[in-house]
Amino acid sequence: MANVNLSNVTKRFGAVDVIKGVDIDIDDGEFTVFVGPSGCGKSTLLRMVAGLEDITSGELRIGGRVVNDLQPKERGVGMVFQSYAIFPHMTVRENIGFGLTIARAGKAEKNAKVEEAARILQMENLLDRRPSQLSGGQRQRVAIGRAIVRNPSVFLFDEPLSNLDAALRMDMRMEIGKLHKQLGATMIYVTHDQVEAMTLADKIVVLKEGRVMQVGAPMDLYHRPANLFVAGFLGAPSMNFLDVEVIDVNGDEARVGNAALDPIVVRTAGRAIAKGSKAVLGVRPQYLAPVEPGAGMLHGKVRIAERLGSETVVDLALRDGTPLIAAFGEDKVFEDGQPVDLRFDGASAHLFPREA
Amino acid sequence: MATRLTQSNRAGWLFALPGFGLIAVFIILPFFFAFWLSLTNQRLISPNPTEFVGLQNYADMLSLAVVTLEPERDADGAVIRDETGAPEYPRVRSITRSDAFPQYDGMREWFRWQSGETARVVIASDVVFWKALTNTLLFVLIVAPTQAALALGLALLINQRLRGINVFRAIYFMPVVVSIVIVSLLWRFIYDGQDGLLNTVLGFLTFGAFEGHDWLGDPDTALGSIMAMSIWQAVGFHMVIWLAGLQTISPTLYEAAAIEGSSKWQTFRYVTWPGLRNTAVLILIVITMQSFALFAQIDVMTNGGPLDSTQTMVFQAVERGYGKQDISGGSTISVVLFLLVLTISLVQRYLTRER
Ligand SMILES: Nc1ncnc2c1ncn2[C@@H]1O[C@H](COP(=O)(O)OP(=O)(O)OP(=O)(O)O)[C@@H](O)[C@H]1O
Ligand SMILES: [Mg+2]
Repeated sequence: MANVNLSNVTKRFGAVDVIKGVDIDIDDGEFTVFVGPSGCGKSTLLRMVAGLEDITSGELRIGGRVVNDLQPKERGVGMVFQSYAIFPHMTVRENIGFGLTIARAGKAEKNAKVEEAARILQMENLLDRRPSQLSGGQRQRVAIGRAIVRNPSVFLFDEPLSNLDAALRMDMRMEIGKLHKQLGATMIYVTHDQVEAMTLADKIVVLKEGRVMQVGAPMDLYHRPANLFVAGFLGAPSMNFLDVEVIDVNGDEARVGNAALDPIVVRTAGRAIAKGSKAVLGVRPQYLAPVEPGAGMLHGKVRIAERLGSETVVDLALRDGTPLIAAFGEDKVFEDGQPVDLRFDGASAHLFPREA
Repeated sequence: MATRLTQSNRAGWLFALPGFGLIAVFIILPFFFAFWLSLTNQRLISPNPTEFVGLQNYADMLSLAVVTLEPERDADGAVIRDETGAPEYPRVRSITRSDAFPQYDGMREWFRWQSGETARVVIASDVVFWKALTNTLLFVLIVAPTQAALALGLALLINQRLRGINVFRAIYFMPVVVSIVIVSLLWRFIYDGQDGLLNTVLGFLTFGAFEGHDWLGDPDTALGSIMAMSIWQAVGFHMVIWLAGLQTISPTLYEAAAIEGSSKWQTFRYVTWPGLRNTAVLILIVITMQSFALFAQIDVMTNGGPLDSTQTMVFQAVERGYGKQDISGGSTISVVLFLLVLTISLVQRYLTRER
């Protein structure tokens, strides 16, 4: 059993509060991803779990045991770093077996485990090479191999793929997903790539400035973002936000509109939205559909259109000048300056109170 | 940026010229000059013309022999012994001055050892040179590893993020900034036999039991004293080189090792030391060369004495060349020293090569 529980965990570097009271519960065998913009404290939080940074206050439990004051080696964690951190003077075999060498494991046991790890990571043929003779992806595999031989109960990954090129990143992403299924261990994975977050995670933790913004399954977060930050952070291209006025509120539905948006009924999702107040309406670019002029509720002009083949991303200026991004799931031709009308389903939109 | 200036060959040579010229005039030329002089009988000032003597200087300096002395016996054939019971031997002179052994002419005793009743005596035509050579080698053999290890220890201590660590860095580096001549002068007072600091401190620590010792005046302690001082003086310099090497090791490697459960010693063995390989090679070669060049300390502190116990190669080279005006002799020592250092450096490079 290796569930990880953080309760009211904080971190302070000198006078700077970096982690400001975080509560996260991670179940045994769960793949949890920490996402957030650069500098939000993802790495710091992960390093606190690893034991590489002290915990200023709060409690960290791994497998039910409070580990705040334990050394990294006593916590039963394995970690994979962004910069691989494999030892340049050791062969792949020595690198993977490093933890076993440290634990003074027998030669036969070491060989067996190293070969097992190499088999899982499909790098049996690389065992006698040195790191300088490996590609980036292979080096990262060595780092993962080093983490798995000791069979830790919790794996920590700090942006393991961000030094790889796009194609390789996708391969490795899938391999890490497979590895998780195969090992069934608890994994915590830090990234700022939301595709990695969405595809790998059982649970996503969105962080901003040292606070948890929302915790949930990827699709929960995507379809039911708790706040503007999460709404804007997940999804690509990111969600459009329109400043609207609340014309009417009726139960958990509200009628909203503005100069460029004909009134539309949307859900309030239980949020406190008062009639006559100002609010922010979020609409994902993918939920916008082009229609005949006059038939849509949003009116704008094309500023620039990007054709990606399977998708067309259009940057529009609405009638009141607000920029808007729309993504259509087909190849479509738009002229610059062409007037476009758009419509969307009120049920797919998100209404947030305007933040002060 | 490739401008016309940086691509022009002529500009490159012009920029290299001053440095290259200075090196040529003050290092390369004198080296060949010394090589040539060592094959002549050149003196600093001499009425006689210089003659080419081939390898005579080398032969005079390097020739060694072992002679066996049988103990003196009385008429009955019994070994004659002195008061302490040790057998008495004929004097070495009886061989080196004897016409029966022209090949040993002019040689003197360097050292001897006993095998059974017979004594074996190593005689050399240039005993001082051999003493200088062995002292220098001893100095290198002891100072190089000790200094390197101490410097590494200091660098490891100092390579920590602690408040005020820069004060320690400055303190350890300070002796390097002071000229070796000044340091040697100061240490002469420390080692002084009458009321030197070392004697006072030792006396204090042993509650007066330590009587005092003339560190530089005793042939048994003079070289050791100079070694200790030399190590102290230059250790800061090598500490800084080690420190530079330590700081090239990525902190993430240490973190990875910590996660894998590595102890302090294991971390040093598997992360730090392999990461210091290149630094170690550099330090080893630099210290070795510096140790071979031992001169100023000797010149200031002991002048090679007492009883030639602190003679060194460079000191002898200078002493002969200028003190005795024997330029060819000094040059010969320089050339031998050069070949020695070159050989050792090549061997070190071979042993520490990348595999
Ligand atoms: N040792 C430190 N001393 C002081 N401040 C630090 C230290 N380490 C991190 N910080 C600060 O803590 C904040 C969080 O850093 P952290 O490395 O956790 O960010 P991150 O979310 O991992 O960002 P990125 O996506 O860029 O890796 C940053 O503002 C950073 O400047
Ligand atoms: Mg980070």
